[in-house]
Amino acid sequence: MAALILISVGVLFNFFGCLGLLRLPDMYNRLQAATKCVTLGCCSILLGVMFHFGLGSAGFRALVAIPVLFFTATVAAHALVRGAYNFGTKMDKRSVKDDYSEIVK
Amino acid sequence: MRYVTVFILSMIFWLLITFRFTVSNIVAGAAAAALTSAIFGRYYFHNVGKFLQPKRWFWFLVYLVTFIWECIKANFDVAYRVLHPAMPIRPGIVKVKTTLRSDFARTLLANSITMTPGTITVDIIGDEMYIHWIFIRSEDPAVYSRMVTGRFEEYIKKFAE
Repeated sequence: MAALILISVGVLFNFFGCLGLLRLPDMYNRLQAATKCVTLGCCSILLGVMFHFGLGSAGFRALVAIPVLFFTATVAAHALVRGAYNFGTKMDKRSVKDDYSEIVK
Repeated sequence: MRYVTVFILSMIFWLLITFRFTVSNIVAGAAAAALTSAIFGRYYFHNVGKFLQPKRWFWFLVYLVTFIWECIKANFDVAYRVLHPAMPIRPGIVKVKTTLRSDFARTLLANSITMTPGTITVDIIGDEMYIHWIFIRSEDPAVYSRMVTGRFEEYIKKFAE
């Protein structure tokens, strides 16, 4: 039962993440939805897998995948944002502040 | 000493992901862990004795609980902004000063910021972190620094510095 709930919540959050990817205006905001919702969604699914299989071989692997996912997702988001900025991707016109522009020429 | 710590950690990691305690598996894991520690050992912390201080583990647990809570809040926040018909966003990049010194602590802080409500770390230059924020709540640097780094900075300082 717990497994079912956790996996459903995970799928729901992954759906929100994809919706954000479509709806939000620029690259930076889209990445926010993509990293946060999708990471928590996947963690929730992995926890569900752990509950389903118990703390055996598959359960432990699912548990170990969670911190790995956390570190890789955040580092990937950081690298993508920085790369996009240096490449010259424009921020949405609703943006109110840009302190980074004083560093990048 | 650093190499030994990396070896032990990668060995534990190997045993957890394979989860078979046969002799051949353990020998293969030991070989892989030895290779890992030989290549990456020199990038590890200098003072591995910190691992054995219980006070640091306590603050690590406090940090972990806060982090998971903030992370769940972050998700509801982003989900709310995505689902709201008018999309209440006020994005921008802000500059925040950090007082953390060591590379490891800074990496952890940057990762924590990326996972918390509406913020992604863009870059760290010197003592300044540049952070993309989906909804800037305040124009005052002192106020928003406090909002972005939150309680993470003091906790990380207690266990990782």
